Amino acid sequence: MKNVSSSGIVELPKTDPRVKLIAAKIKKENYKPDALIEVLHTAQNAYGYLPINVLHYISKELRLPPSRVFSTVTFYHFFSLKSKGDHTCLICTGTACYVKGAQQILNEIEKEFTLKPGEVTPDNKLGLQVARCIGACGLAPAVVIDDEVQAKVKPENIASTLKAKLQSI
Amino acid sequence: MNRQELVDLIASAKEKRQKIKHKIFVCCGTSCMASDSEAVLKALKEVIIEKGLQNEVEASLSGCMGLCNQGPLVKVNPDNTIYQKITCETIKDVVQGQFINKEPLRELLLFADTRPEPFINAEEDPFFKKQTKIILKDCGNINPEDIEDYLAVDGYKALGKALLQMSPEEVISEVKHSRLRGRGGAGFPTGQKWETVYKYVNDQKYVICNGDEGDPGAFMNRSVLEGNPHCVLEGMLIAGYAIGASKGYAYIRGEYRLAIKRFETAIKHAKQKGLLGQNILGTDFSFDIEIRIGAGAFVCGEETALIASIEGKRGTPKPRPPFPAESGLWGKPTLINNVETYANIHQIILNGGDWFSEIGTAKSAGTKVFALAGKIQYSGLIEVPMGTSLREIVFDIGGGIPNDREYKAAQTGGPSGGCIPLQHLDVKLDYESLASLGSIMGSGGLIVMDDQTDMVDVARFFMEFCMDESCGKCVPCRVGTKMMHDLIQKIFEGKGTKKDLERLEELAVYVKETSLCGLGASAPNPLLSTIRYFRNEYEEKIQKA
Repeated sequence: MKNVSSSGIVELPKTDPRVKLIAAKIKKENYKPDALIEVLHTAQNAYGYLPINVLHYISKELRLPPSRVFSTVTFYHFFSLKSKGDHTCLICTGTACYVKGAQQILNEIEKEFTLKPGEVTPDNKLGLQVARCIGACGLAPAVVIDDEVQAKVKPENIASTLKAKLQSI
Repeated sequence: MNRQELVDLIASAKEKRQKIKHKIFVCCGTSCMASDSEAVLKALKEVIIEKGLQNEVEASLSGCMGLCNQGPLVKVNPDNTIYQKITCETIKDVVQGQFINKEPLRELLLFADTRPEPFINAEEDPFFKKQTKIILKDCGNINPEDIEDYLAVDGYKALGKALLQMSPEEVISEVKHSRLRGRGGAGFPTGQKWETVYKYVNDQKYVICNGDEGDPGAFMNRSVLEGNPHCVLEGMLIAGYAIGASKGYAYIRGEYRLAIKRFETAIKHAKQKGLLGQNILGTDFSFDIEIRIGAGAFVCGEETALIASIEGKRGTPKPRPPFPAESGLWGKPTLINNVETYANIHQIILNGGDWFSEIGTAKSAGTKVFALAGKIQYSGLIEVPMGTSLREIVFDIGGGIPNDREYKAAQTGGPSGGCIPLQHLDVKLDYESLASLGSIMGSGGLIVMDDQTDMVDVARFFMEFCMDESCGKCVPCRVGTKMMHDLIQKIFEGKGTKKDLERLEELAVYVKETSLCGLGASAPNPLLSTIRYFRNEYEEKIQKA
């Protein structure tokens, strides 16, 4: 049976290794409220996104109002309240990639997977995101698939690359 | 560690390096790694053992060598021979040619596919010949993950000099003499900034390194942090000594995983050697550095927003004054400089401010690193003296526009800057001349556009960027960028009127004048600059409507 607090939030199981990771980070930062962003990074690395009960846990541990935590999470692009999918495809839309055809790549993906930036396929297999600039302008247009930078991507090949990736695991 | 130990350490690192006849570097910057350079390095190490060359040849990773779209790059020192687009297979031929047959493989040399006679010594190629390297001097020639490599190129010698032979006032005066200006974009005199923070009396002061390089099309800071993290660390240490701070923060973009990793390693190694921590080099000076990872907000490049972010808050800017120099991080006097600014410091201390001030122009001393990208033959990282003309950069160094297209404009300063059209191609790049053309130096991103580029679309792209990245705190920026974006979009779609263009120009002035921070104040720049030079493109779209 799950522990549900008075506010209707499912409490985190203390034995979950991911919770332990966050707890260790909070302890390392001496429970200082100004370590909020650092702790959020750890939590997102562990979960892949920031579930709402994790935010409540962090707010309690750092003695910060939930509103402060929530407003900080929603301010920064890096943090996500939704699952990003088992595999992620990140399209760089920085200036260099933009002038070299990042939009065509996005169009191809939308055509093939009916995915728009920020969305995940219904089976949660693939998530699509865009980045402002990943700083790999010499490789434009650049795409990051599961943390791996793909250089000089051709729009006509993106669908097959992604399909191969989805089938690999 | 005391002074003598540092001298010995540098000497022994140098001696160790001299024993090895040839050093092969495989570029392991983000770009080359995306082209699988790590596998090439592994294959190279195997091949060296296989051929029994381990006594005269040593392979190692390095930072960016500059030509990011020709990667993976492999460089043989001291010959300065660079090979391009190397694979795990061709690396064997390189070793065979270079060390067994003693005849470099011409077909794999850098620029072999684009120049009739590629150079065996890459430094003789126009791409490198026109450059002057201060910041990137050791980038690509040392292993960024090995502190001894940095020590072997006189690393931390400047720290020793500053701490043991100079007073904080003398350090500041040297930096003032150099006429170094902030490389983050605004170009504020660095020495003057240091002096201001130095003068505030407080028990705690902070040094911050701004590595939140958010301009799309800019990757100078990433490359410096990846290629030579110790020089930034040393610059921060010297700054800490000069202003009287004991704590530093390096704020690095979350997207720059490799830069963060390399900087972490640099901090660890510096601590092990006693170059960071308590009583550095036996003096009273103690300094510690922590990394803060950015979470993806462009506005955090603004100093007060960056400070809020380090404090764990939403990264929104504050009105200035008070400036961070007086009341910054946790209300304490704080010095904020860009990565590239710190990267200059150790050489200014070693070679003197006068040496530095002789490079560049009268008002802008030193060199500037530019990230070349867009429609240009050789995109990558270059460093030129201030005052180099845009034509030299685009055509002599960058190799011109590919596919026989014509040059149309170059965007400097990203979403805060403007474009430089054909008629101003001979502009000397320094802070003042760029400002007079309605652009800014910015952090150094330089994006080249050819005659196929739609300038209204470019303006729309940057306005969309600023609209998304506006933090929402002040109305002119939050609402103004949205309204301007919608008007540009309308014109772009061919539904605009003459009145819309007038309203855009009017709004741009309001937003520029009344926004709280630099983001809003500079957001109209790309729009204004495209209207200034390419008004006809806007009018064509309006007439069609």
